[in-house]
This record gives sequence, C-alpha cells and structure tokens, in this order.
Amino acid sequence: MKSLAELEAIRQKTLENIAMRKEVHDSARVVVGMATCGIAAGARPVMLAFVEEINKRKLDHVTVSQTGCVGMCRLEPMVDVYLPGQEKVTYVKLTPDMVPRIVAEHIVNGRPVLEYTIGAAEEKK
Amino acid sequence: MRDLSLHLLDLTQNSVSAGASLVEIMLTLEENGWLTMVIRDNGKGMSPELLARVTSPFATTRTTRKVGLGIPMMMENAEKTGGGLTIRSTEGKGTELTVTLDTGNIDCLPLGDLPGTLLSLILMHPDRPDFHFHGASPQGECDVDTREIRQAAGGLPLNEPAIAAWLQEAVYEEINPIFGGANL
Repeated sequence: MKSLAELEAIRQKTLENIAMRKEVHDSARVVVGMATCGIAAGARPVMLAFVEEINKRKLDHVTVSQTGCVGMCRLEPMVDVYLPGQEKVTYVKLTPDMVPRIVAEHIVNGRPVLEYTIGAAEEKK
Repeated sequence: MRDLSLHLLDLTQNSVSAGASLVEIMLTLEENGWLTMVIRDNGKGMSPELLARVTSPFATTRTTRKVGLGIPMMMENAEKTGGGLTIRSTEGKGTELTVTLDTGNIDCLPLGDLPGTLLSLILMHPDRPDFHFHGASPQGECDVDTREIRQAAGGLPLNEPAIAAWLQEAVYEEINPIFGGANL
C-alpha cells in the first residue's frame, strides 16, 4: 500500500481546508445514477471524471454522490446537479468527455449546458 | 455489463444496501486462468425465500430494487465460461456471494478497470461501510483496507478532495501490478 504516513500529512491540510470553506461556500451537489442500469451504461467513468475535474479545479464545496435507478434507464448515465438557489438540472446520456464542460459552465459559472439536459434529449425524439 | 469490474461494482452495491458495516472483496486468479470473486458482507442477509429467488431476473422486490438484474446477469456471464455463481446468506448475519469464471474461455468478459471499481465504491460511500479488498494472482498479492486508510486519515470522510486524490493513486498503484496487464 502507498505510504499511509503520506496520508496523515494530507489530513492536517484537509482539516484546515474544511475549517476555511465552512465560512465561504454554500455546497453544491452532483448526484450520479449508479444502479445496474447506470453502471451498465457507463456511469462509473462519468462519476470518476466528475471527481477528477472537481479536484483539479479545487472546488471544495462540491460533493459527488450516487443514487439508484429512477426508472429512466434508457437515458443513463444520468446526473443531477444541484446548485444553491437554482433548480435541479438533470443531464442524460453522459460520457466522460462531456464532464469538463458541465463543471466549467454550470458548476463554476452557473449556466447549465442545455444541450446535454433531459429537456434537450426529449425534444430530439 | 461490459466487463467483470462493472459487475463487481454493481453486486457490491447490494452489500451496501443491505446495511453492511464491512464488505470484503476477494479476487483470486489461479495460474490455470480460473478466477474466483467473493463478496462477503455483514449486512442484514436474506431470508431463505428471498435467497431462492434472487437469481431470477423476474422475481425482484420492486419497491426496494434490492436485487434486480445484477445477479442474474453476473450468473449468466459466469456460466457462459463454464463457471457459476453461488450465494450463501443468513438473515441478520450477512451474505457471501461467490463467482467463478474461466478467464481462458472465449466467452469470458475482460476484467476491466478493477481499481476504478474500488475507487468508485470508496468515494461513493465515504463514511460507511468499510471495504476490504484482497487480490491474488500469479503476479502476487494486493490489499486495500479502508479501515486502515480511515485511521490514517483521522476519521475524515474519504471523499475529501485531497484524500480522494491520494486514494486514486494508491488504489491504482496497489492493484494494477497484480491484475493490470494480465491478458484478461
């Protein structure tokens, strides 16, 4: 196993970060559908892409979590983005290469990427 | 499912849903190409009635979606290679699911991104349960235990950005030499 001592050093820094961010930010949430349907459609790389992009940009106020099947399996991988003060936005049929744009335009700048949303997917039909 | 690591991710979610505090995942690849995958949890277990039904895709308890298609699909993919899937479960004690596959069989799915599965599990369940992964192949052994990691991290949630970044490196470094690169 990679050095656990290294992790203990990270811990101190993380504690300081947590103390700081509590005062600054409202939290945002990214929720990935990770039931059998989501996983089979490619949810895992999408979820890991969100984690990586959020870490890369040091967006400490954003948490990534998972949910089960919401009954629209044909639209998986699906992701809900909750920003404080905004309505939930549901993205559908995501691939990892779509993730950086959602993080940059929506989570950072507050403008949902409309063409990836469930609304756009349903209009296309 | 495209590969075995995705099956593993899917099936392990059942253990999490069963309220386990510890999920052990053991992967053993023998010299002769047979792979054994064991997922053992201390969750709420299944009644004998449910246990008898879980391998059927059409006998799912719909309101909870506790089983669904995950188990039957894994079973089919194991049986295609000449292997199989068995489940032992005791109500109130936990469940142990064992899958055997012949990776030399042409119908065997590739192993896929095993570290990615473990990382997803840990990051999606940063507080509970604990995961203990143990792998063995002709290349050697590997071990990832979130109880140790949690202790070193001083009880902080394991999805904290700095910890997640450490985890990502650590998990890939630990598992890839053992299962990566093998012709799976």
